[in-house]
Amino acid sequence: MPAKLILSMDGAVLKEYPLNKERTTIGRKPHNDIVIDNLAVSSDHAAIVTILNDSFLEDLDSTNGLAVNGTPTKKHFLQNNDVIEIGKYKLKYLNDQPTQTSAADFEKTMVLRAPVKMSPKEGFAKSPLDVTVTRKTEATAQFNATNSGMATEASAGQPPAAVVQILNGPNAGKELELVKNLTTLGKPGVQVAVLARRPHGFFITHVEGGSFPTVNGSSIGEQPHQLRDHDLIELAGVKMEFYFKT
Amino acid sequence: MDIHDALEIVSKTDPGMVRSHNEDSVTYDADLGLVVLADGMGGYNAGEVASGIAVSVLSSEVRHRLEDAHPEDLDGAGEELGVVLLRDNVKKANLSIFRAAQSQPQYAGMGTTIVTALFYDDRVAVVHVGDSRMYRLRGEEFESVTRDHSLLQEQIDSGMISKEDARLSKNKNLVTRAVGIDADVDPELHVHEVQVGDIYLLCSDGLNDMVEDEDIGTTLQMLQNNLPLAATQLIQLANDNGGRDNVSVILVKVKGRYAAPRGWWQKLYSWFGN
Repeated sequence: MPAKLILSMDGAVLKEYPLNKERTTIGRKPHNDIVIDNLAVSSDHAAIVTILNDSFLEDLDSTNGLAVNGTPTKKHFLQNNDVIEIGKYKLKYLNDQPTQTSAADFEKTMVLRAPVKMSPKEGFAKSPLDVTVTRKTEATAQFNATNSGMATEASAGQPPAAVVQILNGPNAGKELELVKNLTTLGKPGVQVAVLARRPHGFFITHVEGGSFPTVNGSSIGEQPHQLRDHDLIELAGVKMEFYFKT
Repeated sequence: MDIHDALEIVSKTDPGMVRSHNEDSVTYDADLGLVVLADGMGGYNAGEVASGIAVSVLSSEVRHRLEDAHPEDLDGAGEELGVVLLRDNVKKANLSIFRAAQSQPQYAGMGTTIVTALFYDDRVAVVHVGDSRMYRLRGEEFESVTRDHSLLQEQIDSGMISKEDARLSKNKNLVTRAVGIDADVDPELHVHEVQVGDIYLLCSDGLNDMVEDEDIGTTLQMLQNNLPLAATQLIQLANDNGGRDNVSVILVKVKGRYAAPRGWWQKLYSWFGN
């Protein structure tokens, strides 16, 4: 389903226009695709270039300009629910195509047979987009229920905030907040471990050095080890406590 | 230094969280300094077939030709053999895939992206087709060495869409070049100087679509002394972010210089060394 524009004035919907052409023009003159017969609108006011599922708005050097979501602009990459303002008129852009991250079906890589040549001046793609090869066509069919659940949960969640506090040595008492995906601990060349923040918790893994870090007194070996509240970590002679912030 | 000792190479591939099977293919040959990564496309298992053909043609042909020649040798046209081997064999793989696709109906329309590199004489030659990438970490700087053959990249180049906005595009994953979909292919080739300490990352779009470049760079920087862990961590990041596609990585760390022997005595020395 193509994206569309809904023309309104003072809250009253006037008309709906599908964006099914490569170039849709807006202006006062009757040759435009979207004609707004109002003196505040230039004869050729703006154009919308649509390439597959993306649309780009461009001001055609109009006298009174245009705004998107209240901000004056010359050129804009339209996103779903954007509101284009031309004088007293409003054009709402609706594109309910699923975004790439929300629909597996959409991620099939495809080959464009005719390389698309475009010059920014002339108005973008001219060649028809001949889509010939689809990658991973079976993806949606075999979409596995457990996997999909995990995926959405994984991309949504972050574990609660956690801290590592140093217990001995000159830095005793110092706290290290684990705000990044990865935090390294230790001395390079001697012993280094990395703390990874993952959706389902924090994991410590050995990176380099002759010996492995210990958690609650036992060596963690080569494998990642999930940390629990108030675990005691020791590496390169430094003792640390891991705990969740509440 | 011998190429085998000068480079540390690890590779890892994973189907991701959503796909039922893996259409990526990866291989490397530490004795040659050759790495190959391909991301196949096509229905049923045709994607695996295409990427598999590409990887096996590249690795077997390059290995065969380098048995009695050196990548820095010049051919009749004055081009280095290393460069010629990569380019010609991507073309050869193209033809094999194209013919297989034409003769077997179930493989019709299959194709693959590819990124392949050969390290020799303190340099790296890179050939790519499509949106599989090579990145380089040099000191603090992490950047893409290849430029995708994709609609989005063309839009970025033409100034139509900014790099930041590109993440919002609904036209991702449209490649403008691929191996095996036509009788001929136009591989892009570059040769880069290499420095000791450089880390090269070759990856399929399953990584860079799911993980921001900045996070990839930070991960490599932090874990550069443990390449296998770095590879595992990158794949984990892609999967934690949703893992919507197959994800493959090859990491190459340059541990020492590997200039080709120049003088007769150096050649003799290396001959005795073997």
